[in-house]
Amino acid sequence: MRAVILGMVLCAGLLAAPPARAEDAPPACDVPAYLLTSDSVLTRVAAAVKDGNPLDILVLGSRSSTIASQAGSAYPAKLQAALKDKLASTSINLSVEILGGKTAEDSLSTLIKLVEAKKPTLVIWQTGTVDAIRGIDPDDFRHVVDEGVTALHEAGVDVILVNPQYSPRTEMITSLPPYLDNMRVAAQEHDIPLFDRFAIMRHWNDSGDFDFSSSAHGVELARRVHACLGRALSKFVIDAAHLDRTQQN
Amino acid sequence: MTSIADTVAPGQPADAARKALAAHAIILPAVGERELRLDLFRGLALWLIFLDHLPNNILAWLTIRNYGFSDATEIFIFISGYTAAFVYGRAMLESGFVVATARIMRRVWQIYVAHVFLFTIFLAEISYVATHFQNPLYTEEMGIMDFLKQPDVTIIQALILRFRPVNMDVLPLYIVLMLLLPLILWLMKWRTDVTLALSALLYAVTWHFELYLSAYPNGVWFFNPFAWQLLFVFGAWCALGGATRMSRILSSNVTLWICIAYLAFAFFVTLTWHLPQLGFLMPKRLEKWMYPINKTDLDVLRFAHFLALAAITVRVLPKDWPPLKSVWLRPLILCGQHSLEIFCLGVFLAFAGHFVFLEVSSGIAMHFVVSLAGIVIMSGVAWVISWYKRTADKGAKKSAIGNADMAGGSL
Repeated sequence: MRAVILGMVLCAGLLAAPPARAEDAPPACDVPAYLLTSDSVLTRVAAAVKDGNPLDILVLGSRSSTIASQAGSAYPAKLQAALKDKLASTSINLSVEILGGKTAEDSLSTLIKLVEAKKPTLVIWQTGTVDAIRGIDPDDFRHVVDEGVTALHEAGVDVILVNPQYSPRTEMITSLPPYLDNMRVAAQEHDIPLFDRFAIMRHWNDSGDFDFSSSAHGVELARRVHACLGRALSKFVIDAAHLDRTQQN
Repeated sequence: MTSIADTVAPGQPADAARKALAAHAIILPAVGERELRLDLFRGLALWLIFLDHLPNNILAWLTIRNYGFSDATEIFIFISGYTAAFVYGRAMLESGFVVATARIMRRVWQIYVAHVFLFTIFLAEISYVATHFQNPLYTEEMGIMDFLKQPDVTIIQALILRFRPVNMDVLPLYIVLMLLLPLILWLMKWRTDVTLALSALLYAVTWHFELYLSAYPNGVWFFNPFAWQLLFVFGAWCALGGATRMSRILSSNVTLWICIAYLAFAFFVTLTWHLPQLGFLMPKRLEKWMYPINKTDLDVLRFAHFLALAAITVRVLPKDWPPLKSVWLRPLILCGQHSLEIFCLGVFLAFAGHFVFLEVSSGIAMHFVVSLAGIVIMSGVAWVISWYKRTADKGAKKSAIGNADMAGGSL
């Protein structure tokens, strides 16, 4: 038994050598294709681009959809920039509503009011983190997401759901899986695309593009991650609206 | 802390007592003969719970929840009901309701203390993360640390079992079930089958009227005791003669084939979760009727899955299955015999393993190393505990020397 433990300790020591990583080079942050494709179609986005109408996007999220005092570097702004770049003939209007510390249920009324007022083409709804932290009953959470998506569809709006971030340091403290699963179920039931931010970030962490468990990062890491997320989300939108087939620069 | 099963005195009830026992509805198996299969599967459940608690662990693919509806929790609660009824049911018949209740309450206290110990580990982890990792990317996720801002509320809510962090749901359930045990045993002494029927009724009422226990700061208890009691009472019922009465049903081939068919069905359904490409094979109406499979309220599908697994296990592994005595299964059996300690250790090791993943490496090889090391540590500690019982505590009982409680009490 002692020899076995000793062997394990030695093994652990060998594994401990960190993989060599070029810290200076900007991360590639590639995303595997299966994380950027969806079977569900954003028909209204497709129609707006095809007809030359402006594309109005509303991002509704909690604090993980922004960077404190640097909203311009957060993923919604990066998404807008990337879409402008790729859909040069379409005007892209984007508004962001951050409801910090609000659960899905708390933000439901704001969501519905904003959609009535702004009549966007596409709503990007990021949710789940606060619900997981507060330990909201996952079934209740799914019903609220259901209700929200149903209301958005009735208002004639395309919807993308964005799930929580991958956060290895809080994995043992906050249980995300029930919320991730329920968002996936809700997306499947309503046939809407789900931007799997969690899986994408975990992929970057596993492939070494980013190290999300390190403590040695300031705001620079957040900016780089959001830039990558914004770019990935733009690809996701274009794919889900089948725009790569109709219009390409 | 003594494991409940270990308090089974290897003694022999006097003839008079034996006659008195015969007058009750309960049929107790012969004394002194340990049911090693229970220890084996409880040990297995503890290993599986540990593997499942390690986040993203590759080896969690080995655990039964990926191959059917039920998981290690069902095994754990059923066997706990079985052993608790076996031990305290005998106490109730031999020494009466008051003594049995007193012993059960001592056990409840031990489980409660264990829960508070786990909560302390959780506080240590959360405080460490809060102090060391101020990452602007995760300002939202760090919201969990708000609990630290009101320790007055959080700690009190944890002490009254309403605040139960991740992975700490099983012990509060166990505490509530043990609190109910005197009542369950008292009813069983009167009519075993009626007790089981009442338990099933409570389960049905729970589903119909959506009974629950509320949690802090939101939501409900992850394991609803009003629903999970069915499995616990069913375990108790089996221990107190139900298993013997069911033996004809269990040995019938029809039962066997129904179980195999149901397990195969459950396996296929779980396969469609992992391979969504197969989703088209699932009839939409079946999906609508089946989903979601509710763990909080012990979905009937989960309960049935556990029954099927148990029925097949009992048939395939007879009581005197030779490998039960072999060295190779010894670690599992030892872990199962000290379930409370090993459960707590498993939760702690999951925290430690997660820390190793973050600080050292989270490669596949490391998953194997951490999982294996955890299992070796659990087995080693279980061995040490049984060594204490067998050797170290033997002399202390006779002389009271070396027993801190006795020394303190005599002053």
